[in-house]
Amino acid sequence: MKDDIIKLGHGSGGNMTRRLIREVMNSRFDMPSMSDSALIGERMVSTIDAHVVKPIFFPGGDIGRLSVTGTVNDLAVSGAIPLSIFIAYIIEEGFPIKNLERVTESVHQAAREAGVKILGGDTKVVEHGKADGLYLITSGIGMLHDGYDPSIRAGDHVVVSGTLGDHAIAVINARENLGLYPAPESDCAPINHLIDIMLQTADIRFMRDPTRGGLATVLNEIAEEFSAGFHLYENDIPLKDSVCAASELLGIDPLYLANEGKVVAIVRGDAEALVSRMRKHPLGTDASIIGTVTNESGRVYLETEIGSLRQLPMLESDPLPRIC
Amino acid sequence: METTKNFRDPNLVKKIVGKLRENKRPIRIMEVCGTHTMAIGKWGLRKMLPESIELISGPGCPVCVTPASFIDALMAIESAIVCVFGDLMRIPGSSGTLEDARSRGHDVRIVYSPMQALEIAKERETIFAAIGFETTIPGIAHTIETARKQGIDNFSVLTSLKAIPPALNALLTSDEVQIDSLILPGHVCAVLGMEPFRFLPERFAVGGVITGFEPLDILNSIQHLIEKRDAPEIANSYARVVSDNGNPHARKMIDRVLEPGDALWRGLGVIQDSGYVLRKEYQSFDAATRYDIVMANTKENPACRCGDVLKGIVKPDQCGLFAKTCTPANPIGPCMVSSEGSCAAYHRYERSYLPQAGEGS
Repeated sequence: MKDDIIKLGHGSGGNMTRRLIREVMNSRFDMPSMSDSALIGERMVSTIDAHVVKPIFFPGGDIGRLSVTGTVNDLAVSGAIPLSIFIAYIIEEGFPIKNLERVTESVHQAAREAGVKILGGDTKVVEHGKADGLYLITSGIGMLHDGYDPSIRAGDHVVVSGTLGDHAIAVINARENLGLYPAPESDCAPINHLIDIMLQTADIRFMRDPTRGGLATVLNEIAEEFSAGFHLYENDIPLKDSVCAASELLGIDPLYLANEGKVVAIVRGDAEALVSRMRKHPLGTDASIIGTVTNESGRVYLETEIGSLRQLPMLESDPLPRIC
Repeated sequence: METTKNFRDPNLVKKIVGKLRENKRPIRIMEVCGTHTMAIGKWGLRKMLPESIELISGPGCPVCVTPASFIDALMAIESAIVCVFGDLMRIPGSSGTLEDARSRGHDVRIVYSPMQALEIAKERETIFAAIGFETTIPGIAHTIETARKQGIDNFSVLTSLKAIPPALNALLTSDEVQIDSLILPGHVCAVLGMEPFRFLPERFAVGGVITGFEPLDILNSIQHLIEKRDAPEIANSYARVVSDNGNPHARKMIDRVLEPGDALWRGLGVIQDSGYVLRKEYQSFDAATRYDIVMANTKENPACRCGDVLKGIVKPDQCGLFAKTCTPANPIGPCMVSSEGSCAAYHRYERSYLPQAGEGS
């Protein structure tokens, strides 16, 4: 490893994180993939997620809700039906019990929404000043849907379930007191039920949840993994005006911002029918076909609003740390 | 957002690009502002234009023109919290970056406004790294004024504040680079107005258009500059934001707290009266005095051509380090670090396999 100490960028989900995992972890563990979920046996899928979001409470959610939705969504986009969750708390001495109750109630509510059971957990307390209030770690177990077999080929469609960047902008606005009004809300939600409907409606070939690094990072990863390319249409990418405005203010691209209640799906055949079905679900009202799969391996292009073409490369590190 | 949509109308873009593609006489247009550099990349404008229209990037990214010695000075003050704008974190000084310093325990914090630094100063000794052009300077001046009014003695600023017109004067006076016209920085002009740029056509026969940041803003300005090439003038095509007289209130705010002084620009060297320094009555807020800092002109990596990039002498991809040893992950020069730096913009948007104008589309 070239770096001698850990920097924030190593936790960004971008290239720095990938290098760290490859060189420090994967070189020793020999994991089947660098992903956070894996198949155990024939049908069982397991996943794990750590949550360090700051602030702990933000419009649209909190660390408790996030810890459940993150894990549920990881399972769901792997093609699994989420069943159960284990949760570990790392709590800083001095943390108010009433906040712990509030967070735990959110965990409970989100698990109910998703239809998963909390099976167990662990609780550790560290000295005052040694952690930032509360960190949560969740692991989940799910069962693979029948016949879900990822494959991607040119001509497949790219579908997103709704507006992008909402979570990152909500958290950064809350953390940095940017004063955006009305305060943008996180999209933090379990999307497993929406994904059930999608799998029943269409020929879904692959899914990912565009969390850290956003849509652009996820598509670059898929492009690399499947030796495919993407051609996206900026006009069709759903974005809230408030997210566009905040992104311009901060000098960042919303296509690289994290989401916590969205799915990107690669769809074969009739994507229009899928999208109109998704729009009937409360978490899919802004679903849209945003592009197609091409043969140009590893290349992600965006056709801009004005008709020009630009590349959408993988970023080194996310500009906004600790948003999930 | 509807208003910005109007400046992204694909049909109008097509129309004006069609007209621009008829241009035969070579013209070199410099965009001074880093936000323009990014907009040109983001909208893929360079590739839409014919070879005869050359867009070159100027010294208008505040992070890029900040000398390494400024970073060194901030890293040396470990007794105080250092507040910076995000892009400064990864600019290499002589011995690493502020990000490295933070990883090792130095309390370096990213702020989005100087007023956030003032808030932090209520707890502990805090230095704000004051960089920027006329756009950000009024806000910084206001913060310093507020610190004095509220008696927040924990607060100080290390300044590397720059003025755009003297830099343009220095650039055009040197023979190193040939510039025919300028896309003038919309945000800076919102404060300065047109007057400080009148010398461009008068002294150098170089025209300039105050320009907004949407694709049609930029394309229309290019068209205007081509049309007025032989009768250069200063024009304002960003009147929806910039009044011809700028913002006198903001200028007065600067004037109350700061005065012109010589400034060291990375790449351009020391330019007389091209910066802003604290007035005598605000000296107690000067971190340089408080912490006894002398900013030397440190040696930069000789292979890094950021200086020439900032002057428009070479394009980023003409530097031997570009995309090889110097990448956004491992930046050697500041132009690769800043989100508004020319090298970062090229690396992100232009370093590709896209068809050139005329081919394809």
